[in-house]
Amino acid sequence: MDTKRRETLKSLLLAPLAAGAAASAGCAAGRQVNWTELPREYSYGRTEAERQRDRELFAESWFSEHELVTIAVLCDIILPSDHPNGGALDAGLPDFVEFIVKDRETLKLPVRGGIAWLDSYAIAEFGADFVNIDEAQRLAICDCIAWPDVEDPVLQPGIRFFSLMRDLTLTGYYTTGQGFRDLGYQGNVANVWDGVPAEVLARHGLQYEPEWLAKCVDQSRRDIIASWDDDMNLTS
Amino acid sequence: MSANEPYDAIVVGSGAGGGIATWRLAQAGLRVALVEAGPWYDPADDSQRTQFRYPWESPRRGASTRLRPFGDFNACIGGWELDGEPFTTAEGTDFMWWRARMLGGRTNHWGRISLRFGPLDFRRRDIDGLGDNWPIGYEDVKPYYDKVDKLVGVFGTNEGLPNDPDGFFLPPPKPRLHELYYIRGARRAGVPVYPARKSILTKRINNDRGVCVYCRQCDRACSLHADFSSSTVLIYPAVASGRVDVYTNTMVRKVDTGPDGSATGVSCIDRGSRQELRISGRSVVLAASACSSARILLNSISATHSAGLGNSSGHVGRYLHDSTGASRAAFLPELMDRDIYNEDGVGGMHVYTPWWLEDANLDFARGYHLEIGGGMGMPSYGFGFAANQYKEFLGERVGGYGNGLRDDVRRFYGSRLSIACRGESVPQYGNYCELDPDVVDEWGIPVLRFDYRWTEQEINQARHMQDTMEELLEASGGILLGGKPGPERQYGLTQPGEIIHEVGTTRMGDDPATSVTNRFGQLHDAGNVFVADAGTFVSQADKNPTWTIMALAWRSSDYIIDQMRQRNL
Ligand SMILES: Cc1cc2nc3c(=O)[nH]c(=O)nc-3n(C[C@H](O)[C@H](O)[C@H](O)COP(=O)(O)OP(=O)(O)OC[C@H]3O[C@@H](n4cnc5c(N)ncnc54)[C@H](O)[C@@H]3O)c2cc1C
Ligand code: SF4
Repeated sequence: MDTKRRETLKSLLLAPLAAGAAASAGCAAGRQVNWTELPREYSYGRTEAERQRDRELFAESWFSEHELVTIAVLCDIILPSDHPNGGALDAGLPDFVEFIVKDRETLKLPVRGGIAWLDSYAIAEFGADFVNIDEAQRLAICDCIAWPDVEDPVLQPGIRFFSLMRDLTLTGYYTTGQGFRDLGYQGNVANVWDGVPAEVLARHGLQYEPEWLAKCVDQSRRDIIASWDDDMNLTS
Repeated sequence: MSANEPYDAIVVGSGAGGGIATWRLAQAGLRVALVEAGPWYDPADDSQRTQFRYPWESPRRGASTRLRPFGDFNACIGGWELDGEPFTTAEGTDFMWWRARMLGGRTNHWGRISLRFGPLDFRRRDIDGLGDNWPIGYEDVKPYYDKVDKLVGVFGTNEGLPNDPDGFFLPPPKPRLHELYYIRGARRAGVPVYPARKSILTKRINNDRGVCVYCRQCDRACSLHADFSSSTVLIYPAVASGRVDVYTNTMVRKVDTGPDGSATGVSCIDRGSRQELRISGRSVVLAASACSSARILLNSISATHSAGLGNSSGHVGRYLHDSTGASRAAFLPELMDRDIYNEDGVGGMHVYTPWWLEDANLDFARGYHLEIGGGMGMPSYGFGFAANQYKEFLGERVGGYGNGLRDDVRRFYGSRLSIACRGESVPQYGNYCELDPDVVDEWGIPVLRFDYRWTEQEINQARHMQDTMEELLEASGGILLGGKPGPERQYGLTQPGEIIHEVGTTRMGDDPATSVTNRFGQLHDAGNVFVADAGTFVSQADKNPTWTIMALAWRSSDYIIDQMRQRNL
């Protein structure tokens, strides 16, 4: 979705794990997490069986609100929104993660279990679940689990989970319009490829071999209907 | 026409072989029924189009599903598993079977690598004493390769190579940057490299089809009809002739035969209504893919053909073989921090390396070719995974979070070079498919059971592939990724079936005791039944099979036309 930043927003309150939704109504203003809502209708050449499958996935609810909030908070840490090209929440990451986890059975357990690990670790360290500790405490935990070279056995489940969330966040972001802009991706448009730009070749100290180049398509003649002589030489 | 009036020909399956047969027979004035198990398909129809879509047009961003194993935007309806249509394997067999169920079959999403077999490929037994020679040679097929080149369009170059013949080529696209690194590496290693050969129109060949606009998405099927799909290139024009009736969503269960043992038509089931249907014809051309055609024959049991149609030799299903495969990738530090421009190019590679060690003394028979991958592709699901893993090679710390990740993603974008090898296996009588007596599909047709194991030849070949890939990737300036698979993993050799080049199940030959069809794909046991897919291959060469399927299907079609003119059919 190449929507303007947070055109339609979804927002969820950061509620304590133990408390019900009603109890969280008292949460201080500003303790909300907002993200761009992704569409729930898609049309991209599906078969009926595929449409049915997508409908079922959208109808299925898998994550609790608490889990979704935790995902949102994590994605936001991984790719924050304080950037001209927007961040994870602008790109609707929680909706994407929710969908893809439902779609890919193998992700369900690692994400659910990862969130539970994260909460238990936060409670042990700071006395509250991950979304209800303060910003500095959250970052302190991330600093422990964001680097796969850390060998502490206690942290391994957290490290695995964080790596997974980093993968999902980056993939979810770079497959949106914001991500395309951030990367500078230029393709997926009709064009006429005529080789590596000269300045790029120069920067890499490479050249096309002249004999090779001589065999390549002359793009000024691409619309002239091909014909050959009997010796297999192209004559048009 | 009335349902009872027999067609001149019934073609079963609309892929590469069925497409050529349908087109050629209709062109010659025959009335043809084309029976296809899958639905009608046109990549230009917006309700089916996946080309030129952005990843965010899919809720899963192009990730694979069970229904689209090669990604959400891939043009295959079908895949490794079909609901209601299982297959089984004998103990110790890990056969993989890819089935497309759609007009055009696998040609909608195939790689478009279009290689002629060479003169040596038809007589391998003469060279290494293994397997069997074909009953025909390159000179028999060459005129048909020529015709296919001109009708369908293929880019490539005439290099005068002894076993990779020249053709009527369109000019190839210029190499991309990573391919220039590969070319340089190959030159350093003394390994040849040439422009790829692919059935993609870099130049106009007629006014019906478009010219390539370089979106790199041939696997999504081209809405401009600028790459070869049987549907867009052969079947639409054949249907436009008015002489072809297409029966889509119609699954053939068997070929019906009369008292004299010759075919009278086919029995089918309409997949939508589950109604049984009989189509009568003066001849039947099976092109349902090598294994599916074998299955239809084996299921066509009658008083005259008690072991299945065409199976008096017991050879239907035998000699099933697939290409070998192995792959490896590297990180190219020189491609870090690239200038970003549109380098999509055509779907797949612009350069390749054909087999170059024909005369070397090696511990395996036959050869393989190298397919080159890399570049700044369009992000889709999976992009950004392990985003900064290459930092390890730079002595920097992998992992982290925050806006610095953006720099990592850009820095390593397009810095990967990969090679995939595709090689020739030695066909074995003991590698086969047969009907499983215990299991039927949802149409009541007995399913196939596969029994297939690689031999030392293929395993040794895979070891050689691994050494070659390491050498070439390093010569190209790459740092190898992942480990090098050893004997415990058969050197990374793909599973039988995984390369999706199923061939050999109804092989041709002059001796009816050891082959299923004659030189024209005509059953020894029933003169009006033909096979026009890769079932007739005696051996598969280190080339992808499709160009040969099409040349042979054309040759069989000409033979049918000729035999009908002579009233022999
Ligand atoms: C991802 C991919 C990449 C590939 N890349 C290359 C490449 O680069 N170069 C190359 O040469 N080859 C390539 N191939 C292989 C190529 O696609 C096949 O060789 C070719 O399509 C085979 O043509 P065919 O006519 O035998 O069968 P198919 O194309 O498989 O068509 C068979 C058709 O028959 C129909 N059918 C099956 N059973 C029945 C039945 N009982 N009744 C009615 N209809 C039936 C099927 O629905 C299907 O449409 C690739 C394949 C895949 C999947
Ligand atoms: S790369 Fe060319 S031929 Fe292939 S799909 Fe794109 S426009 Fe069509």
